[in-house]
Amino acid sequence: MNIVVCIKQVPNTIDVRIDPVSKNLDRTNITGVINPFDKNAIEEAIRLRDKHGGEITVISMGPPQTIDALREALAMGCDHARLLSCREMAGADTLATGYVLSKAVNKIGAVDMVLFGSHAVDADTGQTGPIVAEFLDFRQITFVSQIDMEGNHVTAERMLEEGRERVRSKLPVVMTVTKHLNTPRYSKPVNIMKAFRKDIPIWNYEDLGCDINMIGIPGSPTIVTEIFEPKRRSEVEMIQGSPEEMVKELVAKLTADHAI
Amino acid sequence: MIADLNKNKGCIMLFEFTDEQKMIQKMVKEFTKNEIKPLDMEMDRNGFNDELWKKIKENGLLGIPLPEEYGGAGGNAVTGALALREISRGSASVAVTLDAHWLATDIVFHHGTREQKEKYLHKASEDSIFAFALTEPSAGSDAAGIQSSAEFDGTHWVLNGTKAWITNGGISDLYIILAKTDEKKSTKGISAFLVEAETPGFSVGKKEDKMGIRGSMTSELIMNNIKLTKESLLGKVGDGFKIAMMALDGARISISAIALGLSEAAREIAVDYAIQRTAFGRPIAQHQSVQNMIANMDIGIRNTELMMFDTARMKDLEKRHTKEAAMLKIYSSETTMQTCKDAIQILGGNGYSRDYHVERYLRDAKIFEIGEGTSEILRMLVGSMSLNK
Repeated sequence: MNIVVCIKQVPNTIDVRIDPVSKNLDRTNITGVINPFDKNAIEEAIRLRDKHGGEITVISMGPPQTIDALREALAMGCDHARLLSCREMAGADTLATGYVLSKAVNKIGAVDMVLFGSHAVDADTGQTGPIVAEFLDFRQITFVSQIDMEGNHVTAERMLEEGRERVRSKLPVVMTVTKHLNTPRYSKPVNIMKAFRKDIPIWNYEDLGCDINMIGIPGSPTIVTEIFEPKRRSEVEMIQGSPEEMVKELVAKLTADHAI
Repeated sequence: MIADLNKNKGCIMLFEFTDEQKMIQKMVKEFTKNEIKPLDMEMDRNGFNDELWKKIKENGLLGIPLPEEYGGAGGNAVTGALALREISRGSASVAVTLDAHWLATDIVFHHGTREQKEKYLHKASEDSIFAFALTEPSAGSDAAGIQSSAEFDGTHWVLNGTKAWITNGGISDLYIILAKTDEKKSTKGISAFLVEAETPGFSVGKKEDKMGIRGSMTSELIMNNIKLTKESLLGKVGDGFKIAMMALDGARISISAIALGLSEAAREIAVDYAIQRTAFGRPIAQHQSVQNMIANMDIGIRNTELMMFDTARMKDLEKRHTKEAAMLKIYSSETTMQTCKDAIQILGGNGYSRDYHVERYLRDAKIFEIGEGTSEILRMLVGSMSLNK
């Protein structure tokens, strides 16, 4: 079974802040990490490959430094990695990104399963997986918390807001996975060393046979009008002392504020 | 690590880690944060944690410095120092255990025969812990004074004696034991042997009830007429002391990496506390006496870091680093003692409580002024090397 895992490099949320003057994301000191939910997708791909055979190709669209995320995916245990990158792809929204990713899946060929994290922690849309499924004309199962394989069928449990749903589908399929699916492994140091010896080809839009009007800014109907940091409504006050003193002071303050 | 000598601008040395080292450091940092650090306080009370070590083995940390042909990650001294520093930020006990294992595996790698390496080093990368046993009840700093003996009876080496204060004693699968093969000779009468834990006549004696690094195992080892094949000799007859001294140069870099990580852990707690705790209407971090202590911590940490990576780089370039490693070990161990002591002072009464970690850090720190050469012995070494130039 051949699996493609689509990952996104996101800013490490610990470092993220918005520049109060420019209102843009302050990228100083920001390190890129694999989107946490994508790590669950990588982990599941490795488990499925180890059980059922086949190969895993991990792909990502992004600037050149995205190669670090792909390298980490190789260190976790993926077999191949491809970086989808060129100036023309910049500024893409989920539609244009989904188009490029679907073209890469087609170029890899003979793919049985495409896995995504349920959503990315930066933009938080959860749209890219379903869009890729539409472009590929694959079946799609979103918010997956359990996967069982049986021949060329997959049975997946979906984690919904008010319950769980079991869905059976024929391959090929696109699935977006939740953090409840598994615990991602650490990259073993020996696999880190091996990952750095693997070649990561870079595919541009021409390599993928993309229509230039469907990628980057021209292919993106979404317009971001503003990014802003939620206003801080009140200051946090730290209460100090012994537990008894702190509780007493807290109750007094809450009473004074008519909160209790 | 890459060292760059830019001749056009005079002698400028730049430290830059390779991408592989950075990724290994990141992995170790994450593993330490999630798996090791939460258990350090519990290990201080209940000792060595088998479950944690199962995870450490499964995740390939045992083999970081060993070459890939033996299942390791092919890391060098710099990579090892990076990893131990990160682990020590979570637990000096775990770092000390791993360091003792690496010290012994490094000896097998550098002095073992092809057969010995094939037999033991794959296991050392996967699931076997190793130990190095030099110290005895009556011979610590005076290593040449060991009394354990090894006699060749025509077919086998027969070992007798007791080793003391052996890190990883009781949890190791393989021990490097130093014993006298020639009573008449001093240091040249010492040889090194590979002893498997299951060897008949070999047993683990008293488990030490230590002041600090209580999550690591330290025990006596007893050899009662144990018989070893000729293939168990490591290096040549009489090479034992030389092998030990060469290994200790490298071990002093590792110990300093652990001391550095411990200093950083204590500093972090002290700084957080100093910012949050108020006295006389302002955070205590605004008081000059507290700032002085934090400044001294940073000076010590920065100096240790620079000395440590420079010495590790020398080891990787196969330059002799006996004096540098000794100076580094003195400085790093004394820095971490002072840093942990000051961290307690900044936390005041809370620092004296077992709930706030820093008292444990101080107990952990003390060993670094004693193990792998006391500060006094190392000052003698540095002094004699300085004067005999």
